Amino acid sequence: MVEYTPTEMMTVSAARALKNDDVCFVGIGMPSAACNLARLTHAPDITLIYESGTIGTKPDVLPLSIGDGELCETAVNTVPVPEMFRYWLQGGKISVGFLGAAQLDKFGNINTTVIGDYDNPKVRLPGGGGAPEIATSCGEVFLVMKQSKRGFVEKIDFVTSLGHGKGGDDRASYGVDTKGPSRLITDLCIMEPHPVGKQFIVTSIHPGVTREEIIENTGWTVEFADEVAETAIPSEKELQVLRELHARTAKAHAGQQ
Amino acid sequence: MVARFMSLKEAVASCVKDGDTISMEGFTHLIPHAAGHEIIRQGIKDLTLIRMTPDMIYDQLIGAGCAKKLIFSWGGNPGVGSLHRLREAVQENWPHKLEIEEHSHAAMANAYDAGAAGLPCAVFKGYRGAELPRVNPNIKFIKCPFTGESLAAVPSIRPDVTVVHAQKANKKGDVLFEGIVGVQKEAVLAAKKSIVTVEEIVDDFGDISSNAVMLPNWAVTAIVEIPGGAHPSYAQGYYKRDNAFYKAWDPIARDREAFQAWIEEHVMNGGPEDFAAKREANKG
Repeated sequence: MVEYTPTEMMTVSAARALKNDDVCFVGIGMPSAACNLARLTHAPDITLIYESGTIGTKPDVLPLSIGDGELCETAVNTVPVPEMFRYWLQGGKISVGFLGAAQLDKFGNINTTVIGDYDNPKVRLPGGGGAPEIATSCGEVFLVMKQSKRGFVEKIDFVTSLGHGKGGDDRASYGVDTKGPSRLITDLCIMEPHPVGKQFIVTSIHPGVTREEIIENTGWTVEFADEVAETAIPSEKELQVLRELHARTAKAHAGQQ
Repeated sequence: MVARFMSLKEAVASCVKDGDTISMEGFTHLIPHAAGHEIIRQGIKDLTLIRMTPDMIYDQLIGAGCAKKLIFSWGGNPGVGSLHRLREAVQENWPHKLEIEEHSHAAMANAYDAGAAGLPCAVFKGYRGAELPRVNPNIKFIKCPFTGESLAAVPSIRPDVTVVHAQKANKKGDVLFEGIVGVQKEAVLAAKKSIVTVEEIVDDFGDISSNAVMLPNWAVTAIVEIPGGAHPSYAQGYYKRDNAFYKAWDPIARDREAFQAWIEEHVMNGGPEDFAAKREANKG
């Protein structure tokens, strides 16, 4: 029996969403782990792009920041940041954006700016960075985030980055013609947008997780697909590669001063 | 006017004054930390600080009371968490109120590009469906005169002074950047004055690509040689990013007194010569 943590299940599921021919704009943190796991397992030719301008990067350890030297040294090429955002992202060259969030609603709208009121915040978060344009300029968007009532809310405090807006075809009303969030991978399940309403519905549940757990950890009314799959457990290979990646990363980031 | 070689003290004293709008760039790589410390040491106040990622360098300037306003697009400690001095300035007005103007990376990258290009504003496909335009009056939408498409517009960035760090200058004062080059070239060309700190001054650059990112000496105001001057950021080819120190910064910045003690010890009682040892310690 293979043993794994819910976070490992999430990262492995997120990695599986990527294809070998994807060109992926990688957010830092959980997306970065998933994207590099994909590259080190089933998608060796995937092009990973970080907003620091590194194109086709193949880091041996996960970067702590989006601009660690490792990213540049292992990249096909490195371009200036204005070029990255203008030609490659805005120019429509990127198939998938992989993002995390602090708060998320059922339409995949993302808040990474503030908790509370913008001018008088309870918690000031880092802000949007590349996400507002990654969310609209990439062909589609995958989201990865640990599920909790605090994070998965009916109404987010600030719309940092557009998902499906108010649902239905609202996204298109902003002049956006890309697909938007097409998959949400959590530590409990996988959700995909309803084909018409665009609200997330649960399409696959991770082994050992109950529907009640998903409901308890979601701030909106959870909808389940007519046929809900059970997510395949992580393979020994996937776990081994992921754990080795994390071990190399921890070693690389310790001990400098 | 060609670039002049100066000490860091002289460069900051002659280029940066109270109330200036200043950009200290370097996208994770080549962040001019030694120059940031010098601004704190000289007690320069009321600065409008511009940087895509305020990072530790602006956390220090904000906590030390140098800043009146911050223009930025992502204000965290990458991979670690919050910038606690920035966060406390916004949430608690400590050490005093900090005005913020917040953008996305795409907006700021375009705004630097427009500044370097001598344009009053940048136009791009951005902020669609996003809420920042509601809280930032410097984000507007205009109609393309040819297609009618709605496009975002932001003012170009044209700082009084830009400060950046690079790997090398030659004896004539031309500057070479390598690796992640960020928005440094745009930020220098957009500014009225510029200070470039470098790892070393060399006789010539040797065998470099004819497409290497360079600033000729007549495009730069002051050059200062500071080995290790980007630490705890990094200079590709010289030393690695000190990720352990970025993690260690979190508890220091979290606590006002710990922060003030750190500034006293390492900035007020320190100098640019302290950075060389950091370079040695972080060689890969």
